[in-house]
Amino acid sequence: MSKPKVAFYWCASCGGCEEAIVDLAEEILQVVEAVEITFWPVAMDFKREDVERLADGELAAAFINGAIRTSEQAEMAHLLRAKARFVIAFGSCSHTGGIPGLANLFDREEILRYVYEEAPAVHNPQRVRPQERIEVDEGLLTLPAFDETVYTMDQIVEVDYYLPGCPPPVGLIRGALQALLEGRLPPKGSVLAPDVALCAECPRKHTKPERLALKSLKRPHEVLIDPQTCLLAQGVICLGSATRSGCGAACIQGNMPCTGCLGPTSRVLDGGAKALSAVASLLDATKEAEIERILESIPDPVGLFYRYSLPASLIHRRAGNGRHIQEGRTR
Amino acid sequence: MSRREIVIEPITRLEGHGKIHIFLNEKGDVERAYLQVPELRGFEKFVVGRPAEEMPQITSRICGVCPTAHHMAATKALDDMYQVEPPLAAKKIRELIYCAFMFEDHALHFYFLGGPDFVVGPTAPRAERNILGVLARVGLEIGREVIGVRKQLRDLIARVGGKVIHPVFGLPGGITKALAPADREAFLAGADRAVEFALFSLKLFKGIVLENPQYMEWIRSETYTHRTYYMGLVDERNRVNFYDGWLRVVDPNGREFLRFPARDYLRHIAEHVEPWSYIKFCYLRDVGWKGFTDGPESGVYSVAPLARLNAAEGMATPRAQEAYEQFYATLGGKPVHHTLANHWARLIEMLYAAERMQELARDPEILDPHVRNLPTAIPRAGIGVVEAPRGTLIHHYETDERGLVTRANLIVATQNNAARIAMSVDKAARSVIRGGVVDDGILNLVEMAFRAYDPCNACGTHALPGQMPLLIRIYNPRAELVRELRRD
Repeated sequence: MSKPKVAFYWCASCGGCEEAIVDLAEEILQVVEAVEITFWPVAMDFKREDVERLADGELAAAFINGAIRTSEQAEMAHLLRAKARFVIAFGSCSHTGGIPGLANLFDREEILRYVYEEAPAVHNPQRVRPQERIEVDEGLLTLPAFDETVYTMDQIVEVDYYLPGCPPPVGLIRGALQALLEGRLPPKGSVLAPDVALCAECPRKHTKPERLALKSLKRPHEVLIDPQTCLLAQGVICLGSATRSGCGAACIQGNMPCTGCLGPTSRVLDGGAKALSAVASLLDATKEAEIERILESIPDPVGLFYRYSLPASLIHRRAGNGRHIQEGRTR
Repeated sequence: MSRREIVIEPITRLEGHGKIHIFLNEKGDVERAYLQVPELRGFEKFVVGRPAEEMPQITSRICGVCPTAHHMAATKALDDMYQVEPPLAAKKIRELIYCAFMFEDHALHFYFLGGPDFVVGPTAPRAERNILGVLARVGLEIGREVIGVRKQLRDLIARVGGKVIHPVFGLPGGITKALAPADREAFLAGADRAVEFALFSLKLFKGIVLENPQYMEWIRSETYTHRTYYMGLVDERNRVNFYDGWLRVVDPNGREFLRFPARDYLRHIAEHVEPWSYIKFCYLRDVGWKGFTDGPESGVYSVAPLARLNAAEGMATPRAQEAYEQFYATLGGKPVHHTLANHWARLIEMLYAAERMQELARDPEILDPHVRNLPTAIPRAGIGVVEAPRGTLIHHYETDERGLVTRANLIVATQNNAARIAMSVDKAARSVIRGGVVDDGILNLVEMAFRAYDPCNACGTHALPGQMPLLIRIYNPRAELVRELRRD
């Protein structure tokens, strides 16, 4: 029997998801034993043509990380979708938009103008900008277009499973590969991580008070964080109660709060709204002045509660006059 | 013969999607080769409105392969912004982690990305020019040691940083937690192993490259040589430092041209925009942008291992200093302008990183539980600098009085090198493509011109066997495909 074929691909991402696969270390050799990697641009020989030549559905699975911001990325997502029986949205950017999804708070024009004209080191009196088609002395050069909006993978193509995290923890990657190889797959649309909140596996859970009534909140740089005590009990916003477990509370082990990269559990429609409501329920304030004082210690609610999920959220992006590229959306 | 074009696309050992577009004249010689970087995510804009203390975690998402570099540059910018000096132990722990990171990242490039060109050979069969070929040459046991030493050091970074990919330990005025005695023991063991591995790697390089006259000819060849300015961080005695110091620039003759603190960077570094690439090209403001050309009249400068060695006067640890002296004795004195010498320089830096880890881990002060000073000043603006594996990295933030970012500017390593990398690809293509003759070996010689720099986005690619696949399409003047060359 021939080995199942899999593909790895990246779109708008940082390379951390690729490193996470590399961090399987010697286990990666077992993966290579069990599957045939037919496409992995970052690590192996590949051609887009090689993917195009495959029959539809010939790939057992395509793991795609990164969000979608260019038409080229959308094309690749469509191509892999057609060839793969399962598409796995790999990592926060693909799953919910990720940190680069915060770019949806700004218009394309604002970003281009700042980067190429206004940034302090730029010397550009002619206001040159990168162009999609450029006549140079020797001929014509082209660049891909930079879209108005950042999209999650499932806003562009149908996704079968999600592997959450920034990056996905090695244990979850291992588990997903095993489940795939053994055919033990959960219902379509599942997130391949435990469906309980992070507090359940937090090493500090025994120090979390039964009921919290916070009169003030602290930003992480304002306070010496005790390395044993529940961060919420110390007045530092930790999103563990509104975030899936599966990472071993890695950031908390680093003595910093959970920032929510694994996204919410399956019962939640909008992760940011859930996180906001979870935090609001901990506050002990009834008078308007008290509430306002506490809110001052949350100076950037969008960046806090939607740090990894703005494109996936009900908000999706800041309203603007910009062009919204929706071609290729299947859902 | 008619004019024609060669497009190398995709090139994979860049983060995202790079391509090389080569224009040939009627004789089939290269008119110009362009290296284009076709991506942009716009971090400098969307960090506006976010709290400054979140910058170390948010900007690490620029690069998942060198997240520790961005994390550290942002953290140091916060120290500056809040005018808060970290306790000595915190500084030492930061540098300890930083050296572990530099080591594992450099090791990855040498064994998985750049090394195959030498260990296996620049004109070896293409199917062997990869990590599998390296393993076949050096043995599986050494291959396991490469994977093993990297894993050990990455686990150490996670032990302090929470995560190795996007760590969380940096805050203004220090770090989030103290080092436990058991952590220190683990770092000592890791450092010892790293020193041994660096020495082994240098020996391997000597045997395979330095004692091979043909390779030495490649390294010294004009094809891979540019006489530019060089920049790197140095300590008070002008020795290489990754974590802190002054930015020192030497001219193409190796004379000190500038020596300045990072806070003055805008006086000396400027960015040039071209319409054919999303990357901005840095140059020395003091000299000016004169186009893609080298020499003392051109503001083009270089960063990363070779540049750091050139910009310094030595290494701060004994065995790395020995290796440094041998490097210049062998290559004919300072500065060395040969791009491919980056590979050797990278191994010397690995040895320095390992020796420095030993020094730091042995220092009893590193166990001091006092690792944070709380900031009290009203934030305004902060600038932080480190040497990332791929060169000088500067983070600059301005905030309102609540510490919310109002403006950000990031000068990332590969940007500093962007002009020289573009020139290197152009020059290599001009040298090796003659009379319209192109074959697989030639493709690799063009690739080697940018691979030596370890361009930032290559970082994600390393662990599995593989070489850069290339596709060259040759079109006639009517844009009809006449020939396709592929290297699978």
